[in-house]
Amino acid sequence: MQAFEYASPSTLHEALALLGSQWGEADVLAGGTDQISLMKDFIHTPKRVVNIKGVKELGGIHHSAQGLRIGATVTFDELAGNPAVRTEYPALHSAVMGVASPQIRNMGTAGGDLCQRPRCWYYRRGFGLLALQDGKSLVPNGDNRYHAIFGGGPAYFVSPSSLGPALIALGAKVKLVSASGQRVISAEKFFVSPQNESSRETALLPNEILTEIQVPPARGVKNATYEIRQKEALDWPLVTASVALQMQGSTVSKCSIVLGHVAPTPWSAAKASQALDGKALTPETIQQAAEAAGDGATPLSGNEYKVKLARVAVKRALLEASGKG
Amino acid sequence: MSLKQEPEKRKRKSNFSRRGFLQGVGITSGVLTTGVLEKEAEAQSSPKVAGPGEVPITLQINGRPYKTSVEPRTTLLDALRHRLDLTAAKRVCDRGTCGACTVIVDGKVMYSCTVLAIDAQGRQIQTLEGLAQNGKPHAVSRAFVANDAQQCGYCTPGFVMAAKGFLDKNPNPTYEEVKSGLGGNLCRCGTYMGVRKAVLDAAKEMKGAKNA
Repeated sequence: MQAFEYASPSTLHEALALLGSQWGEADVLAGGTDQISLMKDFIHTPKRVVNIKGVKELGGIHHSAQGLRIGATVTFDELAGNPAVRTEYPALHSAVMGVASPQIRNMGTAGGDLCQRPRCWYYRRGFGLLALQDGKSLVPNGDNRYHAIFGGGPAYFVSPSSLGPALIALGAKVKLVSASGQRVISAEKFFVSPQNESSRETALLPNEILTEIQVPPARGVKNATYEIRQKEALDWPLVTASVALQMQGSTVSKCSIVLGHVAPTPWSAAKASQALDGKALTPETIQQAAEAAGDGATPLSGNEYKVKLARVAVKRALLEASGKG
Repeated sequence: MSLKQEPEKRKRKSNFSRRGFLQGVGITSGVLTTGVLEKEAEAQSSPKVAGPGEVPITLQINGRPYKTSVEPRTTLLDALRHRLDLTAAKRVCDRGTCGACTVIVDGKVMYSCTVLAIDAQGRQIQTLEGLAQNGKPHAVSRAFVANDAQQCGYCTPGFVMAAKGFLDKNPNPTYEEVKSGLGGNLCRCGTYMGVRKAVLDAAKEMKGAKNA
């Protein structure tokens, strides 16, 4: 790890003043579960580390009629233990519990989950987000068993966020604050598929801090997350599906289906959602939506199996949301 | 480790203090002792920027304070092992994955390889060294022995701390709960069966034993 100077501000104002205008000047530290590994591997070599855990206004879960406000430094463990998350937002609760290590749940934060860097092994070995060697991506002809099946490049890593798909399905927004102002953008727009080597995979700028996540009320919204993984213990999922269904009687009035770990961003399965819009939730319509979830996939040499997993994950998430899981 | 034996590091430490002090009060020259410089720097500059050289820290471990100095990049695990000679927590993956470095911080199990030592100040840190009481091994440790829950033993201290932290929150667990509750620890020898049985046995023994 490269040596850095360290600050632990107690207010957001102080924290923002400590950030730089370029990446590499200052990194934000919260749970550290990704940040410290990135620094150990020299993927990040910041001159300064700004620890935001002491900033009180970045903590806390607030539930009201307006929905759920999740502070950036709220841990997975806090989310897991929150009664509103458990009852009104099961899609979020399942996503949290998918992080199978109690240690990571005690340390990792909601903001950190959205801002963590990709786990792609080419990225983690220093080949950058596009995994380039001599101007060519190493992924199509390399070991791509866990890489993207949607998007078609030039980036092939998968978004590692556990909460992203559920938050997008639930219509959440994130607040990004800098010393000169603030903006609130949809969780969907927060994630970006980088088109060149110098761009990032989120909308966050180097002088900004993601301060909170705003989730709209979900009472009466059937929602669930289903995760497919290789083993029960601590590991990354192969594919996840988060679904949120607004109902009018027994008919689906609005449907949002978002896949995780299949593309450089959480992937909205628009065709699968359309397959259910205006229809009743039956085993047949669920099957149709699941089939549509694989539409448009462009799997690589070693990951066609993930297309089938995507369909299965959508089917099981829908069954769970409908109460038949 | 005494600072007297580390002239190089000591020099860096006083550099940090002087710079912090000068920034804080706007003095451009002066001769003061290190101790005064540190205190002044703390009082004047807000928020304080520490490092990249060594800075003095105090860690509260197993109920007592330990003073040392570390660079901000030093992890809690490395501070425990290399500075404080508390070597029970093991460095295996060093990437927050295997659990061999597990300690309990403010009542919660954490990977000490993935916490900065400087950030662990002011928190209650429990390591395996603090588990035995009056020379008697903790109920969890005894159950590990009784169930042959270790082979090479390298993951064992982490497992014992993970189990202690788990049982503090789930005093009467089912087998399935034990399995998921220890999901953050790996054993390459594959002693999981013995470990899970040990945790169930320890749960039985600890019931009613308030300070076990």
